[in-house]
Amino acid sequence: MSGYTAQFKVWRGDVQGGGLEDFKVEVNEGEVVLDIIHRIQATQAPDLAVRWNCKAGKCGSCSAEINGRPRLLCMTRMSVFTPEETITVTPLRAFPVVRDLVTDVGFNYTKAREVPAFVPPEKLAAGEYRMMQEDVDRSQEFRKCIECFLCQDTCHVVRDHEENKTAFAGPRFLMRVAELDMHPLDAAAEAGLDRKQTAQDEHGLGYCNITKCCTEVCPEGIKITDNALIPLKERAVDRKYDPLVWLGSKIRRRSS
Amino acid sequence: MSVVDRQEWDVVVVGAGGAGLRAAIEARERGARTAVICKSLFGKAHTVMAEGGIAAAMGNVNSGDNWQVHFRDTMRGGKFLNQWRMAELHAQEAPQRVWELETWGALFDRTKDGRISQRNFGGHEYPRLAHVGDRTGLELIRTLQQKIVALQQEDHRETGDYESRLKVYQECTVTRILKDGSRVSGVFAYDRETGRFFVLEAPAVVIATGGIGKSFKVTSNSWEYTGDGHALALLAGAPLLNMEFVQFHPTGMVWPPSVKGILVTESVRGDGGVLRNSEGKRFMFDYIPDVFKEKYAQSEDEGDRWYEDPDHNRRPPELLPRDEVARAINSEVKAGRGSPHGGVFLDVSTRMPGEVIRRRLPSMYHQFKELADVDITAEPMEVGPTCHYVMGGIAVESDTAAARGVPGLFAAGEVAGGMHGSNRLGGNSLSDLLVFGRRAGWHAADYATGLGPHRPPVDDTQVDTAAAEALRPFSAEGLEPAGGPPENPYTLHQELQQTMNDLVGIIRREAEMRQALEKLAQLRVRARRAGVEGHRQFNPGWHLALDLRNMLLVSECVARAALERTESRGGHTREDHPAMDRKWRPVNLLCRLTDPTEGLAATDPVRGQIDLSRESTDPIRPDLLALFDKEELVKYLAEEELYE
Amino acid sequence: MMRTSLDQGTSDVSDQQGGVRTRTRAAIDAPHLRTDRWWLAPAATAAGLLAFIVYSTWRAFANADYYAAPYVSPFYSPCLAENCDAMRAGPNWDLFGGWWGISPAIIILIFPLGFRLTCYYYRKAYYRGFWASPPACAVAEPHKKYTGETRFPLVLQNIHRYFFYAAIVVAGILTYDTVLAFRDEHYEWGHMGLGTLVFLVNIVLIWAYTISCHSCRHIVGGKLKHFSRHPVRYRMWQWVGKLNARHMLLAWASLVSVALADFYVYLVASGAFDDPRLF
Repeated sequence: MSGYTAQFKVWRGDVQGGGLEDFKVEVNEGEVVLDIIHRIQATQAPDLAVRWNCKAGKCGSCSAEINGRPRLLCMTRMSVFTPEETITVTPLRAFPVVRDLVTDVGFNYTKAREVPAFVPPEKLAAGEYRMMQEDVDRSQEFRKCIECFLCQDTCHVVRDHEENKTAFAGPRFLMRVAELDMHPLDAAAEAGLDRKQTAQDEHGLGYCNITKCCTEVCPEGIKITDNALIPLKERAVDRKYDPLVWLGSKIRRRSS
Repeated sequence: MSVVDRQEWDVVVVGAGGAGLRAAIEARERGARTAVICKSLFGKAHTVMAEGGIAAAMGNVNSGDNWQVHFRDTMRGGKFLNQWRMAELHAQEAPQRVWELETWGALFDRTKDGRISQRNFGGHEYPRLAHVGDRTGLELIRTLQQKIVALQQEDHRETGDYESRLKVYQECTVTRILKDGSRVSGVFAYDRETGRFFVLEAPAVVIATGGIGKSFKVTSNSWEYTGDGHALALLAGAPLLNMEFVQFHPTGMVWPPSVKGILVTESVRGDGGVLRNSEGKRFMFDYIPDVFKEKYAQSEDEGDRWYEDPDHNRRPPELLPRDEVARAINSEVKAGRGSPHGGVFLDVSTRMPGEVIRRRLPSMYHQFKELADVDITAEPMEVGPTCHYVMGGIAVESDTAAARGVPGLFAAGEVAGGMHGSNRLGGNSLSDLLVFGRRAGWHAADYATGLGPHRPPVDDTQVDTAAAEALRPFSAEGLEPAGGPPENPYTLHQELQQTMNDLVGIIRREAEMRQALEKLAQLRVRARRAGVEGHRQFNPGWHLALDLRNMLLVSECVARAALERTESRGGHTREDHPAMDRKWRPVNLLCRLTDPTEGLAATDPVRGQIDLSRESTDPIRPDLLALFDKEELVKYLAEEELYE
Repeated sequence: MMRTSLDQGTSDVSDQQGGVRTRTRAAIDAPHLRTDRWWLAPAATAAGLLAFIVYSTWRAFANADYYAAPYVSPFYSPCLAENCDAMRAGPNWDLFGGWWGISPAIIILIFPLGFRLTCYYYRKAYYRGFWASPPACAVAEPHKKYTGETRFPLVLQNIHRYFFYAAIVVAGILTYDTVLAFRDEHYEWGHMGLGTLVFLVNIVLIWAYTISCHSCRHIVGGKLKHFSRHPVRYRMWQWVGKLNARHMLLAWASLVSVALADFYVYLVASGAFDDPRLF
């Protein structure tokens, strides 16, 4: 399929308003949607705003929605569409729009700050850390995250309910809590921080109804729901809903 | 009259890649109020693209490794043109910098006994690269990002404000370093999102903006790599060092066209991948240069045995330093033995089971599957050279990372020159970022504190001039009515990339470089008419028009220095002077702006904007020279250096 | 520059147009722009679950045709009331006495029902299929408010683990039933009919589904911080993890198989079909 003209609809505008604009653009073999957006920029709309960086699926900058699905522009090949198809590209719809395809993703940076950082073990100096591969595997999977925020965008908890943004950290940052809780040397517990409990109480884990859209959109293929969110829910259960633990804490509280 | 917003900081770091973030962490931990400015979102810097690993002589996998061996490898890789003190500091401090990342939460791949695993890489005598699969850069950037957040959380607990002592200005671009006399007084920047100008007043500025790859057509670099830091330093009066040395990574993707240049990590070869030409031959055995003859395997059998038993066999020539491999691939393609899309074959599919490939090279598997529809466990990849790294950069003092001649200006990472000499070894970049990022942050903080209350003031006129310069593209039409209609910045950029790629690329010839200088002069004239549509809010056309100034400046440096150096060494290959010349070993080439006050007016192709000068390198300290055999030194050093 | 969207967004709660049509977001009227058949999966899920609900309700309340020696319907096992059919050596204990008037299936079905209702896969399935919360990814949900599993009653989903323990007991009893199925209608051991085969397939699927449960994965090893110090539990965790990756498939397969096992008993007990003896 070398060389044809594709129909594009690209959302243009800003917070005041905007709409889908039509473009006819040349498409060549092997191209991805970001190439087409760049071609529109270079030939038809030089001020078309789009955020991008590495163009190799490693930085997670060019997140947008293509035909209504959250995707990376640089990892969506044109060959998945038929030449007749009209391709609609819009900015992420869970975040405030800045201009054209660029949104204000500040929500995510705010949430990142609310997750307490890694707590280094007190007795170990740099260079003395010993960790087994099987103990770091789980957290390493979560650290593959490129922070494209597609999971944050697709998650209906905030996408469809702006008011939940204060209470809910979103899949990416609940996964960060899981990552730290599974880190073999994180000393949060020793420092008096219970990540399992705060996941529920402060980061809104209970809002997640495990409908798995985060996992579906993850360009890194991280099993966010099965490997991070559900295990985190189970860990919270250990703390909060296990009747024996609950009874124990009641008795202890009464006797003290 | 300037009404732009101003804020005061102790240290301003330009760039939020590995070097910038490490500098910011260090400056903040030493008590300086620190601001970081970056063009992209926080955490998206080009460092995420680094795949292979961080070179540090920890000796976890082979206990024979130590800093002296690492130093030796680095000097050999750089063909002895390295600023040797930097190479020394780098080799000594890298392990500590890696271990410290673990205390900030980094999770490297492990050895059986629970230490950081290390892998083989081109030019490194022992397995030395700490890594996380093939996404080490991402781990590095995320760890530093999260350390910054940790510091901000600390500040929040103490002051109630996350950004009281350490703030990241993301999606902002610095267009000018402001000065008071010779000293730095701050930076002038604009916010990409809103287009608003602002000034950060600070006595110390660390430049950590990375490289210049976007001046070339085929590159593994992202859009940010427009040589901003190089240009800012030049415009501030600091010299650039050895800009002719540009590394072409031997293995970039060559097909499909839209991904041409994207990197294929060297780990593919480190883990057993081999290069073959269209005849199926492992051609690298024909390209082992004399200086490396004793270090590399002479037969395929020996090379293959090395993966299992590195102590009794020599490594395969696929793991020669990058410049050698890139040139070899180039020659094979020229000789008509290339692959269908103009590269050569890189094959792991016949060397390892598919399972192992997917585990050890997950993002490569992913990248080829998604972007080229190639299953690397079943068929070979097609690869060819791609512009990857610039060894040249801002001339700095080795110990302090201070830029020469401009008090208050510091530089670290790719933008700084000297460390890698004429060619960088894979894995030495990430360690360079950490070692010299830290040093830059440390000395910038010290310098700022040392000034006490006597800080250089920001000059209003400079702010106004900078604002006018930044707004120029919006009024391009009215400027030179005789010059014709405004130029499209995208077109200019494409022409610049084509020029540099074709005329100052991997193999260079005198006539072509002269032609390039003329072309650059024309582009410079046309760039003054680069006009943009729309308004200042997130306008990529405008951003590119502003970046063009930097790319043109840097490209001229590369072309002029390349024309001057009449030998081939590392990342600089002259067809008309194909051999390395010992006489050039002790020679540094320095680029300076011809006229730092109004440099942009220069359009004469012969004179240009850049002044080139030579200087002699510092003699290498005798105890460091003693680390090498005499026979080896004879190949590199000039006669008089040997018998000093 | 970094800016939080929190302060800009919350004022729109009272707006008629929430969610993707919040004022600060890109102005697009359509609740979604998906062009694929996104409704197919939730519709199929809803249809499948509905079919099972209808069938199982009928069978659970029928209080008839659930025993045909040697087979007892999994819906009625164990049978815990006086009004149960007599099953020789079968899983019936008269724990509830004579006051229990309605179908004895109700007593026991609560456990597998609770297990499946709180299962992490089924939750996804019915939240999407029945509640449309969300109907599909990036398709706006119709609800004005959403609090997820933070409040009563949905906070009770957290007791999944206790249903898992109960489900193990139930699966154990169904295993016993399967063993009993190696008799003929005269309670002679060493025989096998088509029904035995149906029971065998069912019990394997029931166990696979039960073991592949996320709670199980957590209990056997997921809760550990250091796998390297518990090599046996690590191996078990990996093994359960492999099954867990197919939890959805096993959930459906075992749902179908349990209904089929019951239906087979119904056919034999009602005389509509004669259980063919294999030996």
